Amino acid sequence: MALKLYGIAMSTCTSRVMTCLHEKKVDFELVPVNLFAGEHKQPPFLAKNPFGLIPVLEDGDLTLFESRAISAYVAEKFTETGYDLIRYQNLKEAAQVRVWMEVESQQYHPAISPIVFQFFVAPLQGKTPDQAIIDENLVKLGKVLDIYQDKLSHTKYLAGDFYSLADLFHLPYTYYFMKTPCANLINDRPHVKAWWEDISSRPAFQKVASAMTFGEKGN
Amino acid sequence: MVVKVYGPDFASPKRVIVCLIEKEIEFETVPVDLLKGEHKQPEFLKLQPFGTVPVVQDGDYTLFESRAIIRYYAEKYKSQGTDLLGKTIEERGLVENWLEVEAQSYNPPIFALTLQILFSPKLGFPRDENLIEESEEKLAKVLDIYEERLSKSKYLAGDCFSLADLSHLPFTQYLVGPMGKEYMIKSRKHVSAWWDDISSRPSWQKVLQLYSAPV
Repeated sequence: MALKLYGIAMSTCTSRVMTCLHEKKVDFELVPVNLFAGEHKQPPFLAKNPFGLIPVLEDGDLTLFESRAISAYVAEKFTETGYDLIRYQNLKEAAQVRVWMEVESQQYHPAISPIVFQFFVAPLQGKTPDQAIIDENLVKLGKVLDIYQDKLSHTKYLAGDFYSLADLFHLPYTYYFMKTPCANLINDRPHVKAWWEDISSRPAFQKVASAMTFGEKGN
Repeated sequence: MVVKVYGPDFASPKRVIVCLIEKEIEFETVPVDLLKGEHKQPEFLKLQPFGTVPVVQDGDYTLFESRAIIRYYAEKYKSQGTDLLGKTIEERGLVENWLEVEAQSYNPPIFALTLQILFSPKLGFPRDENLIEESEEKLAKVLDIYEERLSKSKYLAGDCFSLADLSHLPFTQYLVGPMGKEYMIKSRKHVSAWWDDISSRPSWQKVLQLYSAPV
């Protein structure tokens, strides 16, 4: 039975999981959720994820939510196919992947996500981007990226000289960030820029990025 | 060689310590004075460039981010101590799911409350009453979802205690203790029973006995 992923192609978190599924060469069906009609806040969906958020994965009897947990589950279950995103045969490398997955979750995401929200989501709510929020978070993000710049001068990818789930987790939000006037934060840091160009050009992400058209005319 | 855990007096390192005790792993601790800003000094930043605790040193191997550290030790010592990851990949998936819920939905408001209520006087910044009110509302909504979940499941990820439950211990201890917000837990029948269960585990009782809190 194919996996079912509930979400939408434009969504950052749905894209995070889809990129992982493509890297692992795992078949899945994307089941659209009508966010604009509030489907994610209705009882049938809330039974799948009581937090009312996409994506949700259904694998037979198992229902999972939280894109990072879903991605980790897929990477762990499907070790036999596709790219090894979690270094499952080397515990020390696997631990470094976990460390930088947590860095994305606890340091990178809280800084980049409000910026992406202000540029892409606020306008849909009829508001202009709040420059104070953007500026505050650009400072935070800049400090995180300084650390990345240093790390990436020692290793090719975040957890080591191998691409991993830790790098992949950065893709969706950074993709949208690079479409804002703030892209220089990445481009002005040579190692970060090279890393970004490398990870965003992987075919598994390219497949997903082509549908990440949030904020474009007609969407 | 014994595992070294930096910053045992503070909440996030206690996540690691309780896990090491559950897994019966020997360790020692190294104090870090966050209130004096020790974690922002060049020497500490060499260990952990983001300047946060915990950091763990295991021989010549360094790890940071408490949730990464607990996953590492729970995996490495799978066959000893308490099973914290579930027995199957599917069970593990549920543990990961609810550990992410803790990290993404539970932690941000409870961390904000901790900083504002417990640490603002110690760190010398004014309390933001709006933020406190907002954070308590957000946390209450999360706890309502937990109440529903725990009415169907003994622990967050299923029938067994796991990393997902463990991860909640340190900051919830602040909530029911020095923050004086025990009512948030006690007013929810299933959350209350879950909290009584997990906080009375010998491992957590040992942590409370052995390590002080800064507040």
